[in-house]
Amino acid sequence: MPGAVVEVDRLVREFTVREPVPGRRLRRRARRVRAVDEMTFTVGPGEAVGYIGANGAGKSTTIKMLAGILVPTSGSVRTCGLEPIGERRTLSRRIGVVFGQRSQLWWDLPLSESFAILGAIHRLEPDALASRRAELVEELELADFWSTPVRQLSLGQRRRAEVAAALLHRPELVVLDEPTIGLDVLSKQRLREFLVHERRTRGTTLLLTTHDMGDVERLCERVLVVDHGRLAYDGTLSGLGATVAAERILVVDLAEPVADLQVPGTRHLGSEGEGVRQRLAFDPATTTAAAVLTAVQTRAEVRDLSVAEPDVEDVVRRLWARNRAVGAGGRPGSA
Amino acid sequence: MADLTAYRAVLASRVRAQTTYRLSFGLDLLGALLVGLVELAETWVVFSQVDVLGGLDFGGVLLVFGLANICFSVADLLVGHLDRLPRYIREGTIDVFYLRPQPLLAQLVTSEISLRRLTRIGVGVAALVAGLVANEIPDPLRAAAVVGLALVFGTLIFCALFVSAAGCQFWLVNGAEFTNAFTYGGSYAASQPTSVFGTGLKITFGFVVPAAFVGYLPTLVVLGQPGPALLPAWLAWFLPVAALWSCLLAGLLWRAGVRHYQGAGG
Amino acid sequence: MSPVTESRLRAGLLWSLVRAGFAEQAHYRLAVAAGLFTNVVFGFIRAAVLFAALDASTTAFAGYDRDTLGGYVWISQALLGAITLMAPISSVEERIKNGDIAVDYLRPVPLVAAFALPAVGRAAYTLLPRGVPAVVVGLLTTGWFLPPTPGPYLVGVLSVAVAVVASYLGVHCIGLLGFWVVDTRGIKAFYGILGTFLAGLFVPVDLFPGWLRTLAGFTPFPTFLQYPVDVLSGRVLGAAAWQHLGVQLAWGLALLALALLLERLGRRHLEVQGG
Repeated sequence: MPGAVVEVDRLVREFTVREPVPGRRLRRRARRVRAVDEMTFTVGPGEAVGYIGANGAGKSTTIKMLAGILVPTSGSVRTCGLEPIGERRTLSRRIGVVFGQRSQLWWDLPLSESFAILGAIHRLEPDALASRRAELVEELELADFWSTPVRQLSLGQRRRAEVAAALLHRPELVVLDEPTIGLDVLSKQRLREFLVHERRTRGTTLLLTTHDMGDVERLCERVLVVDHGRLAYDGTLSGLGATVAAERILVVDLAEPVADLQVPGTRHLGSEGEGVRQRLAFDPATTTAAAVLTAVQTRAEVRDLSVAEPDVEDVVRRLWARNRAVGAGGRPGSA
Repeated sequence: MADLTAYRAVLASRVRAQTTYRLSFGLDLLGALLVGLVELAETWVVFSQVDVLGGLDFGGVLLVFGLANICFSVADLLVGHLDRLPRYIREGTIDVFYLRPQPLLAQLVTSEISLRRLTRIGVGVAALVAGLVANEIPDPLRAAAVVGLALVFGTLIFCALFVSAAGCQFWLVNGAEFTNAFTYGGSYAASQPTSVFGTGLKITFGFVVPAAFVGYLPTLVVLGQPGPALLPAWLAWFLPVAALWSCLLAGLLWRAGVRHYQGAGG
Repeated sequence: MSPVTESRLRAGLLWSLVRAGFAEQAHYRLAVAAGLFTNVVFGFIRAAVLFAALDASTTAFAGYDRDTLGGYVWISQALLGAITLMAPISSVEERIKNGDIAVDYLRPVPLVAAFALPAVGRAAYTLLPRGVPAVVVGLLTTGWFLPPTPGPYLVGVLSVAVAVVASYLGVHCIGLLGFWVVDTRGIKAFYGILGTFLAGLFVPVDLFPGWLRTLAGFTPFPTFLQYPVDVLSGRVLGAAAWQHLGVQLAWGLALLALALLLERLGRRHLEVQGG
């Protein structure tokens, strides 16, 4: 694809892992493991792509190859039209990466100083830096804690600051690795709104890995599902199966144990404590949490409840189950 | 240069961060002072039992100690924080450095400056001055030249040792302590008269890790002594060559380390 | 539950804490090899300097000869992995700082056991793989220095065991100061620097000038390293060796009492401050 922001062609990455040999305490055996296996996809300018899969499926490895941190074992990768390893320094001016668990801020400095340093690192002109910084401070609401050392910030505040730091140099591609992990509902919401806004106003290309289906639903129109290093699905979110992706789970704690609840329009997922806690899956397109709850209340007294979104792992598992049922024959290739 | 601007910005903030808590900073300075004094005390205790060690009296050993300590402490202040690399690798924070448009090593070096080492440099300076005053110096001009050479290239040798050690960390990670044998071990060896070593140690700390060039050889020139077998005094004038060798080694180890990380890391 | 089974259960629990430390250390085989390598390199340098000093000495050199000096250098390097002179990076004060210490107080064993026993396990693990090769290298390069009679080994094992535990108790007490001192880094640095010097790591304590030796005698540090080295190398024999062990035990018990006291005061501090 001409002008593609990310071009990955038959990308392979292997690691050598050392593991103990059973029965021999001091011996270790080396084994080659494929973290990324013949991956091929492209991301065009302005697209927003959710890159999902279970832990250890190869997501982080792919991102590291895109960013020029790891060398591919074979195959090719081009990011922003550049060769990531050889042209890493040029590339770093054009992409921004947010690692959910790794900070690029200075722990004991306030944001004001961190951003001055980042501006110098990316060689931003003073005017360009000032205007961009003002923009980010306003949209990500950083003003209240602008002069507080980073170590004193809450998780939500820190994550917003991390996103701002990665976007300071106006990158054309933003890669977010688990951007909302550990955040409360309100913080997630704010961050998602910002990313939607950023993309709409600047045409930024987004690539995000996540365990949170909410991120994918609200931010991405295209989904890549990776499993055991292979691409299992490439297409629209609706194509992934509306019921699979959009399902919600109602968890109810009952006053006393009852038999497994059978509520129309729901699937019973499981019971704990001899039926005191039960989990029901439903599709918000066909029914509502309130309706399900009302139906439950006709059968038992509800003490407590919560509504959860299915985990990505859940979605991937069901995707697999469905593909197998369809008789796709072995591993389904990319769509 | 824009990279220097970035370094200045980082350094200014690091200096502010370190000096904000005056009590902590004072204690850090005092701690580094104590390290220097305790190392000096060790030499002093030995000289309570001997008059001459390896051909040098206490005044001569003060010169060796002073030169070695100044060079090591300045290198430690400038690049000593490279020993955090194993932690960056384990925690994955090293990846963040890859996302910035400067060379990796330059970023790591410029990410910190350890001001608390200043007091330890002070101990080294005091020992050097005391040594220069206590000794009869046959040719002050030559002495000044060789001391200047030693301070510049000795510091460079220790900086290169820190970089070499960091390069090896990409393989070692959990075995980070291996390289202490050459950095801290090199500093320890440099502050002793190399003449007390057997042939193996003389070659190791004379030429492979050129620690003898930092303190012992220049001291021989200052005092007008000929030096022992394998380590004649005139070798001191080859300090730039020793430093170049250290830098070459450091460059190779660092490059190999980075390649290894990009190829096998994760 | 009968008192017998309860005490057996308790002993089992304590033993499992030691084993946990042992197992944790086993993951770091490379780290053990690295520590050994560094100890050996430092041993070479130290041996060269001290032997040169012995040859050039104008004094009695505190009664050291080549054998006992070789023993001092290599046995002290061999014990270095197992003896805790510098406070470890993660220990009790980190848990005080982040509040996890409240959980530790809920355990059925005293804090000192929960922290010291795994540390003892770690030490035991490093003792053989780091200690034995260091001694062997010493024997190969500087000649035979081990005592010919069984006595020093017998008392030596006890002496090393007490030193391993007591030296850990020392840094544990420093860590417990974290209840009252916001930043223990400075105190830890002083303790580590002065402690290693007074323990006799750089030069034997007996070579110190009189006043400094007296000063060292008022601290527990020489009992952490110099004493077990003296006993194991046969520099002190017979009754004198047992006397060394007695002094070590006295310091060890004093540190244990201090640790338990600080632990109680810390608990009260927590209850008053609410964490």
